[in-house]
Amino acid sequence: MTIDFDSFTPLASLIGGVMIGVAALLLMLMHGRVMGVSGILGGILGGILSSAEKSDISWRVLFVIGVLAGPFALMAMTGAPVERAAVASGLTLPIAGFLVGLGTAIGAGCTSGHGICGLARLSVRSAIAVGIFMTTAIITVYIVRHLV
Amino acid sequence: MTRAVSLILIGTLFGAGLALSGMLNPAKVAGFLDLFGVWDPSLAFVMGGGVIANFIGYRITTRRAAPVFDGGFAILTRTDIDSRLLLGAALFGVGWGLAGLCPGPAIASILMVPGEVGLFVLMMLAGLAVGRMLTGGPAARPAAQV
Repeated sequence: MTIDFDSFTPLASLIGGVMIGVAALLLMLMHGRVMGVSGILGGILGGILSSAEKSDISWRVLFVIGVLAGPFALMAMTGAPVERAAVASGLTLPIAGFLVGLGTAIGAGCTSGHGICGLARLSVRSAIAVGIFMTTAIITVYIVRHLV
Repeated sequence: MTRAVSLILIGTLFGAGLALSGMLNPAKVAGFLDLFGVWDPSLAFVMGGGVIANFIGYRITTRRAAPVFDGGFAILTRTDIDSRLLLGAALFGVGWGLAGLCPGPAIASILMVPGEVGLFVLMMLAGLAVGRMLTGGPAARPAAQV
């Protein structure tokens, strides 16, 4: 294993991580809700597709509006663009998107729900989910980068 | 009104945190997942910072009878490890590894790079809808809203 020191951003990542954790704690403290993005998006879809969940849609939509604005708020404050580069293109993107949606719906959570929130309340269920999705993600990247 | 502003600001804090942390950068996510190549450990600091901040907050929160703007806490009680959890997490990991995007960062970057992320998000929503149909939706699993 070689460490990529040129890309290593421990301070920005730690501060960003704390902001994510504080957002999760505020959503629970102020609104009593778990900050799991796949569950929030699924709840919006459920509210649109069936009438049973209508009452639960508003907090989710308001939260998502904030998420959409978040990167622009950061850019306005720091004056620097958000650095990013794609790793997938063409058909890989929609296939990956479908797997992310399907997997998080079946497994009831993603990086925010199982990762940030589940681990923070010491859920064994979430710890197992995190262990599995980290493992299959690492295997996938290994295959794409080093075998194909 | 205050409740709505609070929800939007909490979402904004989350989106800004994702952007600062590097989670919106698929190349950085892939660099973190590339354990057997040239490894960028940065995103371990995101997970660490996020979990520790929320762990402390969870202790404060559970001392209260109710949240500030709502009648009660959404308490998650599921502890079962079933095949759905294992299969779902495994499929999610493959998708995450392929594109370097998970649900939060995908939503947070869609206005910045709609051309790249738009189709990913559309298919992610389709996958969520199919997955909810296959598993009977949240009505059959009341505590599954992680």
